[in-house]
Amino acid sequence: MLDTIFFYLFALLTLLGAVLTITRRSAVHSAISLIVSLVGVAGLFLLQRAEFLFAVQIVLYIGGIMLLFLFVIMLVNLDRAERERQFSKAWWLALACVVGVGAEIAYFLTKGPAAFQFPPGAASPGVASAAAGGNVERLADALFSEYLLPFEMASLLLLVAVVGSVILAKKRI
Amino acid sequence: MTTAVPLSWYLILSAILFGLGVAGFVFRRNIITVFMSIELMLNAVNLSFVAFSYQLRQTDGHIYTFFVMVVAAAEAAVGLAIILTVFKNRATLEIDEVSDLKN
Repeated sequence: MLDTIFFYLFALLTLLGAVLTITRRSAVHSAISLIVSLVGVAGLFLLQRAEFLFAVQIVLYIGGIMLLFLFVIMLVNLDRAERERQFSKAWWLALACVVGVGAEIAYFLTKGPAAFQFPPGAASPGVASAAAGGNVERLADALFSEYLLPFEMASLLLLVAVVGSVILAKKRI
Repeated sequence: MTTAVPLSWYLILSAILFGLGVAGFVFRRNIITVFMSIELMLNAVNLSFVAFSYQLRQTDGHIYTFFVMVVAAAEAAVGLAIILTVFKNRATLEIDEVSDLKN
């Protein structure tokens, strides 16, 4: 019962933030709405016992990426941009995409849970924290044993991205 | 630990969020807002990853979500540097005016 209430709360937060993100004229308002949406998604992560991802969402997305967005918005001059036309002429394309996703949602709604085939033994959810240790411990185990190579490659990717962005943003290359 | 919220609700929410991201991506003309729409779509995918992971009692979905977040961080760093460079060279952020690569 409580789960359902929290689900509705966070889902409302997420969707409200998303709608405001794509409709606000001002880029700063868009960024702040996106932060609201990200907080909603973080709450949904917590609702599904993904504590580690909740923390990463707050620290990395809201604290890192969105801060970067706000910095860039303040570095560029948006006074002129705000007065210009905000929406593209290709609105029919956007409408077609949204109709496609809507058809998908309708399919899920009509089929219900039967739309997904689960392997036997995976019927009842309740993950992670129930078994050995908490969610964070299990994630760390998997990350540093099974997924060690992707983990190291991710660190390399981040290094390349940081060096690349510094070079791109330099005044003179 | 009972769960009252079925998987399909999370997937429907994720689909709506993804649809909003797609609409913003195609609809908006400001590069920064287009970029934010990409973040919305990434979040929608993350949400469905975590929902499936929760349903199947596995942590693999969490790991993928973690990697998606790492790649999103790298993408944001590079993309925002590109936006800054574009703005410095052209003094505009309209995607329709940055069309040199169009045939």
